[in-house]
Amino acid sequence: MSSQPSISVSKLTKRFGDFTAVDEITFDVHQGEIFGFLGANGAGKTTAMRMLCGLSLPTSGTATVAGFDLSSEPEQIKKSIGYMSQKFSLYEDLTIRENSRFYGGIYGLKDQQILQRTQEMLDHLKLESQADTLVKSLPLGWKQKLSFAVALMHDPKIVFLDEPTGGVDPVTRREFWTMIYAAADRGTTVFVTTHYMDEAEYCDRVSIMVDGKVQALDTPSALSKQFGTKGMTEVFIQLARKATRSDN
Amino acid sequence: MRTLRFLLEKEFRQIFRDPAILRLIFIMPAIQLLVLPLAADYEVKNISISVVDQDRSSYSRQLVEKISASSYFELVNYTSSYTQALEDVEDDKADVVLQIPSSFERELVREGKGELFMALNAINGVKANLGGVYLRSIINDFNQDIRLTWVQPPRQNLQPQIQVTSLNWFNPLLNYQYFMVPGILVILVTLVGSFLSALNIVKEKEIGTIEQINVTPIRKYQFILGKLIPFWILGLVVLTIGMILARLFYGIIPEGSLFTIYIFAAVYLLSVLGLGLLISTYTETQQQAMLISFFIIMIFILLGGLYTSIDSMPEWARISTKFNPVAYFIEVMRMVVLKGSTLYDIRFHLLTVAGFGIFLNSWAVLSYKKRN
Amino acid sequence: MKQFLYFIRKEFYHLLRDRRTLFILFGMPITQILIFGFALTNEVKNSAIAILDNSKDEATAAIIHQLEASQYFDLLLNINSNAELESTFQQGKIRMAVVFPEQFQRSLLHNNLAQVQLIADATDPNVANTLTTYATSIIMDYQQSLSNGIPIPLMVNTEMRMLYNPQMKGSYNFVPGVMAMVLMLVGAMMTSISIVREKELGTMEVILVSPIVPMRIIIAKMIPYLILSMVNIASILLLSVYALDVPIRGSLVLLVAECFLFTLTALALGLLISSVSGSQQVAMLISLMGLFLPTIMFSGFMFPVENMPIPLQVLSNLVPAKWFYYIVKDVMIKGTGLKTVWMETLILAGMLVVLLTVSIRKFKVRLE
Repeated sequence: MSSQPSISVSKLTKRFGDFTAVDEITFDVHQGEIFGFLGANGAGKTTAMRMLCGLSLPTSGTATVAGFDLSSEPEQIKKSIGYMSQKFSLYEDLTIRENSRFYGGIYGLKDQQILQRTQEMLDHLKLESQADTLVKSLPLGWKQKLSFAVALMHDPKIVFLDEPTGGVDPVTRREFWTMIYAAADRGTTVFVTTHYMDEAEYCDRVSIMVDGKVQALDTPSALSKQFGTKGMTEVFIQLARKATRSDN
Repeated sequence: MRTLRFLLEKEFRQIFRDPAILRLIFIMPAIQLLVLPLAADYEVKNISISVVDQDRSSYSRQLVEKISASSYFELVNYTSSYTQALEDVEDDKADVVLQIPSSFERELVREGKGELFMALNAINGVKANLGGVYLRSIINDFNQDIRLTWVQPPRQNLQPQIQVTSLNWFNPLLNYQYFMVPGILVILVTLVGSFLSALNIVKEKEIGTIEQINVTPIRKYQFILGKLIPFWILGLVVLTIGMILARLFYGIIPEGSLFTIYIFAAVYLLSVLGLGLLISTYTETQQQAMLISFFIIMIFILLGGLYTSIDSMPEWARISTKFNPVAYFIEVMRMVVLKGSTLYDIRFHLLTVAGFGIFLNSWAVLSYKKRN
Repeated sequence: MKQFLYFIRKEFYHLLRDRRTLFILFGMPITQILIFGFALTNEVKNSAIAILDNSKDEATAAIIHQLEASQYFDLLLNINSNAELESTFQQGKIRMAVVFPEQFQRSLLHNNLAQVQLIADATDPNVANTLTTYATSIIMDYQQSLSNGIPIPLMVNTEMRMLYNPQMKGSYNFVPGVMAMVLMLVGAMMTSISIVREKELGTMEVILVSPIVPMRIIIAKMIPYLILSMVNIASILLLSVYALDVPIRGSLVLLVAECFLFTLTALALGLLISSVSGSQQVAMLISLMGLFLPTIMFSGFMFPVENMPIPLQVLSNLVPAKWFYYIVKDVMIKGTGLKTVWMETLILAGMLVVLLTVSIRKFKVRLE
């Protein structure tokens, strides 16, 4: 791992009127790291991630993503990152091949590269036979894996995953995480938010947001020791209980 | 540029996979062009008239014969009771009542003048207007007739006479469809250009796929062009289909050049697309987008001179039409198709609509933010 | 029953919280009434005309003066040649041209006969007709003035009276039509969209699993739009009476009752549409193409039904709005009562019953 952090956040803040959703968070994410971003609903993690992806303008604070400044070079950042969200990633009314061609193309891959990588992706996921089916007829688990693969197609330095395994069976989740490990091994930084505490254990480091602030940031084992618990679930519950903000 | 190419590929694929849109593009022109002009015939014919003849003289009978022989009127009742005739109007059996008083012939012969009385159902203003005008002219004819038989011919020339001839240019057969069809073509193009485009973009907002675009390196202008271009092309396609249908079913062949029409349509589409884009920027759901576009377009169409004349509008409404792109296109369409107007003739219209296009699109582009 | 009320409340919240939609649903009828009432008219006036005067004498000057003074004509352009004529029309500057031949006055004085040519832009045939008639009557008036002093035998004079609408306001025709349009839009389209949206979002299943009878759910969905429709009717009537001076000559109670009947019909149509639509977009399109457009075309308020080819006239009988329009016109403008409109009311009620039966049945099938 090289010395320059993949993501460097300093006092990043987002306010909506009087409400401070994200309150001066500061942390670094190393290259090739699998970074788990946890927090209860309403804690501000989605807002924070949206800022880092360039979907939301920070109210104050700075951040560097993939070596580019968040406020002044958002378009450069976008070329270097990949994104996948539970809500949506691939167009339902296009086929796998068409989706892959689209995303490959807009990220600047040459036609030859697109063909090559699409083929690799299909082989890897064993979806060759479905290449020309509309995405909407695929089961959820396959859609998620595909979305992830497509997000990685242009070799981004960082990939942001927003609750990528929601609603998917445990086997598929395991397969998904295998893909994540593989990406991290190749040097891609993986920034993932999740509600599944066992997934938190798979991460290199985990941060937990409560009420807009980062209340914990360390490796899962260090955190367990710190809070005197057996696993991340307990850590999470302890921190979340202290929250004043929640979904209610 | 490459990015744009990929965007357009995706957009076209999606549009053609959407069954609703395809149906719309072909069925809508068909219905609107085939049914609407048949329905929208403003020509006034078959005005039902109820005659109250309280005189029953040879003169009155002569007049009534003249009326029933006329192609404008249909004699539905011949009675001696005015109340009865009024009831006919109330029951919508008659549009006009003509009352010939009992002393009609006598007064004409003795005192040289006679009085007639007509009542018209003025709920439908056009009918009442034209009904009154036609009946008056039949009565005048009748007047001339009896004068001729009464008075010696030589006496006639003592009066100076002005002979008025009227010519109808550009639509000599006074075919109402020639008037309506170009206007309907405009509506078609406008609907595709603004309505469909607004819906399309908002659908993405609603589903959430817009976020996916915002996260990619696709620039704002590329995204917008990616949305505009397909519907621009679709608009021109619909125009073509419409014109073919107009030719096949109504025999309408543009007097002016097709090139002029297409150039104007191309520029016009840019401005209505801009409108659609703008609407999509300010709405969150498909329902809102649909209602708002519908609302705005309806106002534009109503005030655009589609079937009521702009000239007769009050000052404030006439001024508003200066800002109404639909009004310009309707006028241009009619001018080019019926009168053969050239690009030079419509230059001001063209420039104004281009101006709208620039304004609306710039506003839309500026207000669209990839991050908020 | 209490649960039912909760449902109705929820539906109201949906409606009230969507400010933009609410704004349109309220604002549209009001805007339409204002536009129809104040901007649109079938009257012909302020038409731009041109004069090609090859004579330029006292007589032509007098006639031109009369034309200018008339409210029907505007902006007299002076043209100097026949060639200019066509291009002036083509540039859309004029609607009619009056052409005087050379020696107009001389012919009139010496031969008692002179000619004037009117050239009308027949793009809009009715306007062309009307303009030529107006111009002719002005010229005839002038002719009359020349022969003042010479008694013309056998003058027939015609007095004209306009019934129901003495000021020839277009609004009398339009207001009932706008009412029909708005009720169709709010009642049918919005209801169908509301039901289909529930289907699309998947929350329909949640509701179906709840202890409430499905039919009650549907009724709960309709109620806000029923109320909104009645509010719209109220605002249309208020505007028409106070801003447009359109009278309500018949019984207000009867009028409101008929509106209620029609609204129910619209709601039933909305239900029917929702049971055949898979998505909101489809529901919208069907409502617009299959309901709204026919309502505008066949109700009779914009286009006279009797002018349509017979097959279309027959078709128009299937459109509820046609009957409603007839009823409102009669009750509101003519001031007649139930005894005149009983048949139409019965037809409308019959349509309501048929629609309800069909749509409820279809809906139940869908649920299973």
